[in-house]
This record gives sequence, C-alpha cells and structure tokens, in this order.
Amino acid sequence: MTVRILVEAIQLLIMALGAPLLVGSVRKLKARLQGRRGASVFQPYRDLRKLLVKEAVISENTSWIFRFTPYLVASVMLLSSLVVPMLSTRTPLGFTGNIIVLMYLLLLATFFLALAGLDAGSAFGGMGSSREMIIAALAEPTVMIAIFAIALRVGSTSLDEIVRRGADDSLLLLNPGHLLAFVAFFIVALAETGRLPVDNPATHLELTMIHEAMILEYSGRHLALIEWAAGMKLFLFLTLLSNLFFPWGVARTLEPLPVAIAFAALALKVGALAAAVAILETSIAKLRLFRVPELLSGSFTLALLAVISFFFVR
Amino acid sequence: MTISETLMLNLFAGMLASFAAGAAGALLAARWPRASRLAGHSFALLGALFALALGLAGLAGGALKVSVTQILPVGGVALGVDHLSAFFILVLAVAAVPSALYAIGYTREYEGRYSIAGMGVALNLFLASMALVVMARNALTFLALWEAMSLASYFLVMTEKDDRETERAGWLYFVMTHAGFACLLVGFLLLSQAARSMDFASWHAAPVTGATRNVIFILLALGFGSKAGVIPLHIWLPQAHPAAPSHVSALMSGVMIKLGIYGLVRVGFDWLSGGPAWWGIAVLLVAAVSAVLGVLYALVEHDLKRLLAYHSVENIGIILFGVGGAMLFQTYHLPALAGLALIAGLYHTLNHAVFKSLLFMGAGAVLHATHTRNMEEMGGLIKRMPQTAVFFLAGSVAIAALPPFNGFISEWLTFQSLLLSFQIPDKAINLTFALSVAALALTSGLAAACFIKAFGISFLALPRSEPARNAREVGLSMRAAMALLAVACLVLGVAPFAVLRLLSKTTSELLGATPDMQFTWNRIVAGGSFATVSPLWIAVALAAMLASIPIGLRIVRANTARRYYETWGCGRAMQTARFEYTATSFANPFKRVFSVLYRPVKELAIEFHPESRFFVRTISYSNEARSIFDDAIYGPMNRMLRAFAERVRLLQSGNVNVYLLYILVALVVLLIIAR
Repeated sequence: MTVRILVEAIQLLIMALGAPLLVGSVRKLKARLQGRRGASVFQPYRDLRKLLVKEAVISENTSWIFRFTPYLVASVMLLSSLVVPMLSTRTPLGFTGNIIVLMYLLLLATFFLALAGLDAGSAFGGMGSSREMIIAALAEPTVMIAIFAIALRVGSTSLDEIVRRGADDSLLLLNPGHLLAFVAFFIVALAETGRLPVDNPATHLELTMIHEAMILEYSGRHLALIEWAAGMKLFLFLTLLSNLFFPWGVARTLEPLPVAIAFAALALKVGALAAAVAILETSIAKLRLFRVPELLSGSFTLALLAVISFFFVR
Repeated sequence: MTISETLMLNLFAGMLASFAAGAAGALLAARWPRASRLAGHSFALLGALFALALGLAGLAGGALKVSVTQILPVGGVALGVDHLSAFFILVLAVAAVPSALYAIGYTREYEGRYSIAGMGVALNLFLASMALVVMARNALTFLALWEAMSLASYFLVMTEKDDRETERAGWLYFVMTHAGFACLLVGFLLLSQAARSMDFASWHAAPVTGATRNVIFILLALGFGSKAGVIPLHIWLPQAHPAAPSHVSALMSGVMIKLGIYGLVRVGFDWLSGGPAWWGIAVLLVAAVSAVLGVLYALVEHDLKRLLAYHSVENIGIILFGVGGAMLFQTYHLPALAGLALIAGLYHTLNHAVFKSLLFMGAGAVLHATHTRNMEEMGGLIKRMPQTAVFFLAGSVAIAALPPFNGFISEWLTFQSLLLSFQIPDKAINLTFALSVAALALTSGLAAACFIKAFGISFLALPRSEPARNAREVGLSMRAAMALLAVACLVLGVAPFAVLRLLSKTTSELLGATPDMQFTWNRIVAGGSFATVSPLWIAVALAAMLASIPIGLRIVRANTARRYYETWGCGRAMQTARFEYTATSFANPFKRVFSVLYRPVKELAIEFHPESRFFVRTISYSNEARSIFDDAIYGPMNRMLRAFAERVRLLQSGNVNVYLLYILVALVVLLIIAR
C-alpha cells in the first residue's frame, strides 16, 4: 500500500515539477537552433513565482466560471498524472479509467477554458475559444481512431495494458500500423497542446493567437495555474507518445531499481520528443487557421490507414 | 423481491386515474384559468409519479396483463409490461415528473392568452398515451395509442396558435407524423398477415422470409425513424419542438422521439429478431449522418430552443450507434456484445431524456425571463439568473459527454462496444465500425463546441439587449424541476450501477444472453478486461484535487488578493456589449470548414452617402445556412406532389351525378376483387 501511494506521489511530482522544466528546455533548444542564447531552462519556474506573488486582476464582467476554471484545468492535469503509466505498468490508480476516459477529462478542461474565454466579454477571448474548439473538435476523430488502432494491436484500451503488451512485443516498430498511428497521434498532440504549426505558443499578436487569446484576461495566480497546466498537458502528451508507442524501460513491478530505470528512460524519451518538437517548431511556419483542418484530416487519414493495416495484416 | 400483479394493477390504475382526473379537472375548471392550470398539472405530476413507480416495479420483475376485448376489433385492447416496456415507462416518468412540476409555474404566463384547459387536457392525454403505447401488446392497440400520442402532441405544439411560424411547424409535424403512421400501418399489416395474428407475442416466431422481411423492416424503420427524427426524416423536429411550450418541448425531445427508438428495438430484437448485415449497416449509417449533421446544424443555429432540437437529432444518432451496433453483433452471433451495445444505446436514451429535458427547461426559463429565443440578444444571464445558469451548465456538460456527468458514461459504453467490433471476422464490417467510431468522436467534439456557444453566449459576459439586462430568476417550481434533473445528471454519471443492473436484465431478456460487461458499485468493466472506468473515483479524485490546489497555493504563499477592473480592450476607454463575440462569429470557423454542407448564403448591403463613398449610412450583413435536405429532397417532392394534386383535381368536378358514378364503379370493382 505504502509503495503504491509512493509511486503515485512520485508520478504527481514528476508531472507537477517536471512540466516547467520541459517547457523551459523546449524554449532553450529553440533559441539555440535559431541562433539566440535564450533564457535559462529554469526560466518558467521564475515566471511562475513572479505570477504567484502578483495580485489577480479580474475583469468586472466575469462570473465564477472565470475564477473556477484555472483550478479545474490544473486539477484535471494533476489527476491525469495519477492515471497515466509513467513509470510502471502497474499504475496504482490505473483502474479508474482507460485512455478514452483520459481524453474526455482533457476535453473537460478545454470546455471550461473556452467558456472562461467568453466570460470576460472581450472579442479576443471569444475568438480564441471559437478557434480552440474547432481544432479540438476536428482532432477528436483522429484521437479515437488512433486509440482504435492501438486497441486492435493489444486488444485492450487500458493504459497499463497497452504499455505492458507493447513491451512484450519485440517487433513492435516493424509494424506499419503502429508507426502510422504514432505519426497521427503526434500531429494531434501538437494541435492539442497548441504548438506549431497549429498555434504558436510564443506569439503575442492578438489576431494569430488561439490558446493565448483565450486566456488573455488571466493574471496573477490564475495565469500561473493555467501556464502550469499547459506545461503539464505538453508533458502528458509527450509521456503518452513515448510510453504507449515506445514502451522501453517501463517497469513491470514496483521494485525500486526498475522504477529508477523507468524514470531515466522516461526522461530520455520525453527529452527526445521535446527535441523533436523544438526542431519542428524551428523549421516550419504556422499554418493559416483554415489550413489546419487539412493537416488534421491528413492525420485522420494516417490513423485510419493504421486501423486498416491491422485488419489486413492480422 | 417479487412484485405482485395486484400492485402492478393498482399502480397502473392509479396512473390512468390521475391522468384522467387531470384532463377532466382542467376541462371542468376551464372558466377559472388558475384552477384549471393547477388541476391539470398537479394531476399530471401525480400520474407521472405513478408511472415512475410502475416503471420501477416492472423493472423489478412485476408483470401486468390487461385485456379489454370489447373496445377495439381484432383482439381488443391488450396491454402488458415486460422489461423493455417498463424501462421506457421509466424514461417517460423521469422526464414527466419534473416537466409537470415545471409546467405549474411555467404556464402561468399563458393564462388569459391561450387556452389553459386545452393545454391541460392535451398534456394529460399525451402523457397517458405515451405510457400506454409502450405497453401495447397487439397491433391495433399500438396504432390507436400511437395516433393519440401524435394528435395530443400536435395540439400542444399548436398552443401558441396565433404565431405564423407555429402554424407552419404544426402543419409540417402533422404531415410528417402521418406519413410515418402510414408506413407503420402497412408494415404492421404485412407482419400480421405473415404471422396470421395481430398479437405481438406471435410475431416473434412468425415465418417471414426473403423480400417481405426486408420490406417490413424498411417500412417499420421509416415509420419509427420519422418519429425519432433521424436525418433525412428530421425536418419537422427542429420546427415543431421549439414551437411548443418549453415543458412540452422537454417531453417531445426527451421522451416522444425515444418511442421511435423503442419501436426500432422491438423490430430489431423482438418482432423480426435479427436480420441480414445490411440492416445493421444501414442503421449505423443513419446514426452517423444524424449525429454529425444534427450537431453541425445545431452549431449554426442561434435560436436557443431550435439549437436544442437539432441536438435531439444528434443524440438520436448516438443512441442508434448502440442499436445498430447491437444489430450487427447479433447478425454475427455475438449476443454478449450485442447486449453491451444495446445497453449503451438504452442508457443514452435515459440520459438524453434527463439532460435534454433539463436543457429545454433552462431554455424555457430564459425565454420566460427575456421573452426571446435568439441567443444574440442574451448574455450576462449568469449574474441575473444564477441558479438557472448552474442547472443549464450541468445539462451542457452532461450533453457534451464530459465526466463526471451522465452523458459521458453512455457515450463511453458506446465507444467500447464499437471498438470491440474487431471480433467480427469481416473486414468490410470492421471498417464500417471504424468509421462509426470516427463519426461519434467528431460528434462529441462538435457537441462540446456547440454547448460552449449555447452557454457562453447566452449566460456569460455582458447582456446584449435590454430584456436580457432586466432578466430575473424564475419561480420556485421551475427551479425545483431543473434542480431535480441536474442532480439526476450527476447521480446517473457518478453511480451508474443501479441503472446498468436494470438494463442488463432488460437486454438479457431481449437477447437471451448476458451482456459482456461486469460492474460493481464503483467500477464498470466492458469486454473482459478491454476497458474499465470508475466514475465515482474520478469524481472523488477531481474534487480532491480541486480542494487541494487552493491549499497548495496557501502553502507556497501565493498572493490571494484580487482586484476587479475593466476587460482589456486594446486601450479603448469603454467596453460595451457590442465588442463581444457573438454566436454568429463563434460559429463562423465551423461554417467555413464545413461550407460544403451549409452552402452559406452571404449578403452584404452597404448604403453610402450620396455625396461620398467614404461615408456609410447603413450596413446590413446576413449569412444564412441553407438546408440541403430542403433543397434536394423535400423541395422536389413537394413540387411533384403539387403537380399530382393538380391533375387529381380534375376528378373533383362538383357534379353529384359524377360522384355517384364513382361510388358505383368502386363498389363493382370491390365486389369483383373480393369475390
């Protein structure tokens, strides 16, 4: 029992404390690739501290939804850190929900963020909400079809089970369906976490912002919670990409040594994916909003091909 | 626990007596609108409570058999209750109890303007006929009650009869419901002929084969589908539901269209019990089209009640994913999976009855307070009607299928049953299911977007009009009704095991196999170890996290001060409601992405000052979506019908001698045929 609680606590801490570092690292690497020196990888921690000591300025037009949303969004991310198999295939709270539950929890957070965007009555917030939702809605079919492809391969939608059976399968990467599903899920992860080419996390030009426009009215601790949650969401998606598709090094038991190895493996895999995101963001430009559906339908096609290939290969 | 037949009979008699008393009371007190309103709706409430008890007792195993041979020819009136009937009585009661309660307050406005007595009579008749139609045990009883239900609801839709739009909606409803009735009649007669009996019990083993079987299926599916409002038979629904008073809209969307689902389940699993694979594929196709197009039409709709009506089309689609999936599983001899899929569909039927009634009542409350259904004139209502806002939000989260509310559980079950289709050894079928999964996923994403619009534009930010600014919270009976339903949304989402137990009995009885699902009080496991969810734990963990974050903020000594200030407006001095994002602008990206479907008609008219083009006098912009169904199907059909009617008019010469000749000819022809 103690071990289980300990493992959950470690996962929670990895997510909560690691997320700002991940964001800082991506920014640092991007700066280097663009020929700048860039801020320290610890800058996001300093930003959060700065936001936390400032008072929150709240629009007069808002309701309780606006104040409640940052707490809900952060809660959802923390909750998902308990459900996802980060270190072992025996996540103590893994039974509370499968991968579909996880995706719907994330949609719950998006739902409230979009409502909060409308709450202040500013045109920017509404614009951000509307755009965020069309991207979220169009990404949904790809997510589910990619999940279907995974479920076909392992015969389960339980997150632990997917990782375990994936780890048993040594020829995993030779499977075309698996790789297609990975690419599809990767594109969706970029869209869901507001990265290029769908949204630019570094932009401060109102008319091109999506996620940033939606949270424009936030300040102080509320903004800190939302920024922190956005970092955790990126961390969550990179963890899912690495452990669901490359389940190397994940512990099968809750012994200290395998868990320590799993931690190192997770850091390596997430680091590699973060580097991929940074390189991608340096080499491509943001798409026009109305070109994004084309990108998402492309990823949908890939996911569907993954499903089809499983039916014909089996 | 065994339920005696006497108890069932008493509950049944109590229910009918209450509805009869409600109708009689409303009529007798017609001169005193207040008394008439109270009598009609209080007795309706009592009858709905009896129906609730009857449904629960029936699901607990109570049996009932009522047969009155003297009233109707060929078998008389035959009523009975099995698990499926009892479940639909429960669905009716769950929506009817709050609706009747809500109506007590809501109909006060109608006093002196419209006939309260007429409403009372029609409402009681409507509720009684819906409760009885699912209990019907032979064809004539069913058809008579089905027609009574359609007529009662037609009169309710026509309540605000002075409105031209209502008149048109009522007419469309009247035509469509009778077209559906005609299909049912022919289908029933064909089936009766094959089984040599009008009795439903004998249809199960009827030797119907080949083309007749397919024809019967198509006819019954058309009849029940038009009542359920599946696309493309949906055109009456978004007109008729908003035109009715809001508690009636709740009943029509929450319950009446579900009786189409009841009929389809009876056809697919009882009367015809299994058919070729294309039946299931057709149902899945209709489900996908209804779900995706339903929600897409809802997105561009800015009339709050019509938006909800389009969502009923969408949710019927979601239910049909379960039903169609179950039909295919049955074709491929996987009864355990068929059970799971059917449970998913039926659970969504119940959930939709709960949250759609809630949402229609919320829309009714807004209509009551602002006297408009146009979302562009609302806004800021969360401050003026805080309780209604919370209830509407609960309904929105539930219909968007987000945890921890009830829509999530049924949609989750639907997803699992569709994903488990890989057990079917047929690649074409597998692909059909994969596309269904994609359609359902797209639907749920778009539904979330649509309810952000519905709630965000109507309730948040600044009021966009004077009536919205002066809105007041509604009366106690209306709020109590909405509170009941909002709590039900949460309970059905957090503790689904009670309903799942009842449903697994229902589907076992229907399919003769236990569903592929285990559940305890805190966990559901579908398809062996394929998928698990613990809704209760998720809710508890989410609440715990929500509580711990403020504590955490205290520990890190965050600044908890807050200051209220204007919304940032790029440096503009004053913010008005005109700066807000509107429903039209929120929906615009969707309109552009799916422009193939909407075929938007844009019009920009600018009137310049006669002296100079740089001074603009007025600008008017309109952007409307057109319905492809009106253009492609109903328009041409209408024109053909008209042309045909013109020809037929030649027969109607006005000369009595000619008419007598017609009668004579008809008689002779009949005698020759019947010889």
